[in-house]
Amino acid sequence: MLPYLIRRLVISVPVLLGISIISFVIMKLAPGNPVDMLIDPNTPPELLQAKKEMLGLNSPFAVQYWRWLSGLLHGQLGYSFSSYAPVAHIIGERIGPTILLAFTALLTGLLISIPLGIASAIRHNTAFDHTMTGFAFVGLSIPPFFLGLGLIYLFTLKVHWLPTGGMSTLGEAGGFGDTIRHLILPAAVLAVGIVGKKIRYIRASMLDVLGQEYLRTARAKGVRESFVIYKHAFRNALLPILTVFGTEIPVLLGGSILVEQIFQWPGIGQLTMQSILSRDYPTLMALNLVAAIVVMISNLLTDILYSIADPRIQYR
Amino acid sequence: MQTSELELRHSAVGQTERSDIAYNQAINEPEIRPPASYFRQVAGRFAKHRLALFGLAVTVLLVLTGILAPLLTPHSPNAVTAAFSAAPSSDHWLGTDQVGRDVLSRLIAASRVSIVVGFSTVGLYVVFGTMVGMISAYVGGWLDMIVMRVTDMFMAFPFLMVILVVVSAIGASLNTIIIVLALFSWPAVARLVRSSVLSLKQLDYIKAGRSLGYSAPRIWFRHLMPNAIGPIIVNATFGVASAIMSEAGLSFLGMGVQPPTASWGNMLSDAQSLTVLTDQPWLWVPAGTMLLITVLAINFVGDGLRDALDPKS
Repeated sequence: MLPYLIRRLVISVPVLLGISIISFVIMKLAPGNPVDMLIDPNTPPELLQAKKEMLGLNSPFAVQYWRWLSGLLHGQLGYSFSSYAPVAHIIGERIGPTILLAFTALLTGLLISIPLGIASAIRHNTAFDHTMTGFAFVGLSIPPFFLGLGLIYLFTLKVHWLPTGGMSTLGEAGGFGDTIRHLILPAAVLAVGIVGKKIRYIRASMLDVLGQEYLRTARAKGVRESFVIYKHAFRNALLPILTVFGTEIPVLLGGSILVEQIFQWPGIGQLTMQSILSRDYPTLMALNLVAAIVVMISNLLTDILYSIADPRIQYR
Repeated sequence: MQTSELELRHSAVGQTERSDIAYNQAINEPEIRPPASYFRQVAGRFAKHRLALFGLAVTVLLVLTGILAPLLTPHSPNAVTAAFSAAPSSDHWLGTDQVGRDVLSRLIAASRVSIVVGFSTVGLYVVFGTMVGMISAYVGGWLDMIVMRVTDMFMAFPFLMVILVVVSAIGASLNTIIIVLALFSWPAVARLVRSSVLSLKQLDYIKAGRSLGYSAPRIWFRHLMPNAIGPIIVNATFGVASAIMSEAGLSFLGMGVQPPTASWGNMLSDAQSLTVLTDQPWLWVPAGTMLLITVLAINFVGDGLRDALDPKS
C-alpha cells in the first residue's frame, strides 16, 4: 500500500505542473488585461506601461510562468489584481463557507440516499421502488439553478420561512441558528443532486449483495429476515457505498459555483465568478490549482477507501 | 448467439439423414428462425423499457422542435412585439419578457440552441475520445502512459470552474461553448474505450487478425469498434443531457449563449430578481421546466440503452 501511495503522489507532481501550465496558457489567451479594464481611459499611456511593468504583465510568457511557479514553491500565491490582497488570504477567507456548504450537502445526501436506496433494493420492482427511481431521475435531471429559484419562491417569497441568500442576516448578530437558516436552501439544492445520482447506485450495490449465497445460508440457518438484511446484507453493501461519496467532492466544488451565485453564499464559487469578471488572473490560477489538488486528493482517497472496503482489490 | 449457432449445427446433422428433396425443402424453407441480429435484440430489450420509450418520444419531439424552430415560433424570438413583462394572453401564450419579446417564441428558439450544443458537443468529443482511447490501448507502451497522464490532467480540473474560466478568456459564443465543453469531456470517453480495448486486444480473434496481417485501422474499426461500442453509446447519451445542462448553467451565469439569442439558461438568469420570481412566473417557470423535461427524457433514453446494451446488469 505505501509504495503505491508514494507512486501516486510522485505521478501527481507532473500532472499538477501540466495543470498549472494549461491554466496559465488559458489566462494568457484572454484578450485585455486588468490594467486596461480598471484604469480611467484618460490615464497617460506611460503610466499604464509602468503599471503593467509593476504587475509583471510585460515579460515573456515563460518568464511570467517561472516567476509564478517559483513564488508558489516559496509559499507565495501572488497578489490579487483587483483587491491587491494576498491571494492565499482571499482564498482562506472563502474556503470555510464552501466547506461548510459542501459537507452539509454531502452529509444530507448520504443520510437520505442510503436508506432510500436500500429500501428500494429490498422491495425491488414494487411501486415504492419505481417511485424512488422516478424521484432519482428528477433529482439528477433538475437544473440546480431552477431548483434554487423554485425553493426561494416557495420558502422565502410564499411562506417567509427562510432567507433568500447570504450567510447571515444583515445588521444582526448572526450566530449559529442564523447561519443554519441561511444554509438550508443552498445545501438542499446540492443534496438533491447527490441523492438523485446515488439512490440508484446504492440500490444496485444492495441488490448485488442480496443475491449472494451467504444470505441464503443465513436464511437457511433460520436467521430472522430483519437480521439477514441489517446484519448480513447491509454491512456488506455499506462500504462500497461510502467510497462513492469521495467522487462527489469534485462535483460539489463545481456545483457550488451555481449555487453560491444564486444564494449569494460567500464561498469559493462566488469568488471564482468575481475573479472571472474582474480578470483577476493570480486568484484564478490559485483557485484552479487548489481545486485540482482537491480533486486529486479525493480521487486518491476514493481508491484507498475501495481497497479498505474490499481487500480483494490490491494496488501495486 | 452461441446457442442459436449450436441449434443450427444440430439441425444440419439431422438433415443429412433426410432425402435430398426434403433437404432442399429445408434449405428453402428453414424451420429455424435465423438468430435475431444484435441490433434487433437491443431494440427489443429497449422497447420493453417503458420510461425509455417515453423519453425517446419526447427527445424526438424536442429535436424536431429544434429543427423546425423558425417555422414554429408565433413571433420573431428577438423582436419586441408587445408591452414588456405582459402576462400570458391569447396572442402571447406565455406572455412577454422584460423587453417585450414573446416568451413562447424564445422558448422554441432556445430549444434549437440546446439541441445543437447537446449533439455537436457529444459528436465532437465521442469521436475524438474513442480514437484516442482505442489507439492508446492498442499501441500501449509510452504512448499509453502519456495519454493517460494527459487525461489525468484534464480530469483533475473541476469541470464547471475551468469551463467558465476558458469561456470567459476566449469569449463566449455558441462555437466556443461547444468546443470547450468537448475539450474537457473527451478524457472520460478515452478512458472508457481504452479499458475495453485493453481487454479485447487479448482475445484470440484480434490476435488472429494481427497474424493475418490486417492493417491497424482495419482491426480498430472492423474488429475492435463493434465490440466496444455499447458503453460508448450509453456514455454519449448521458453526455448529451449533461452538455445541455452545462450550456444552460454557463448561460445562466452569463458566460454562455449571449443575448439577444435566447437560451433556456439565459432566460432563467433574467428571472433572478425577486419581483420576477413572485409576480411573473411566466418568465422563469417555462424555461426551467423545458430544461428539466429535456434532460430527464434524454437520461431515460440513456438508462434504457444501458439496460438494453448490457443484459447482464
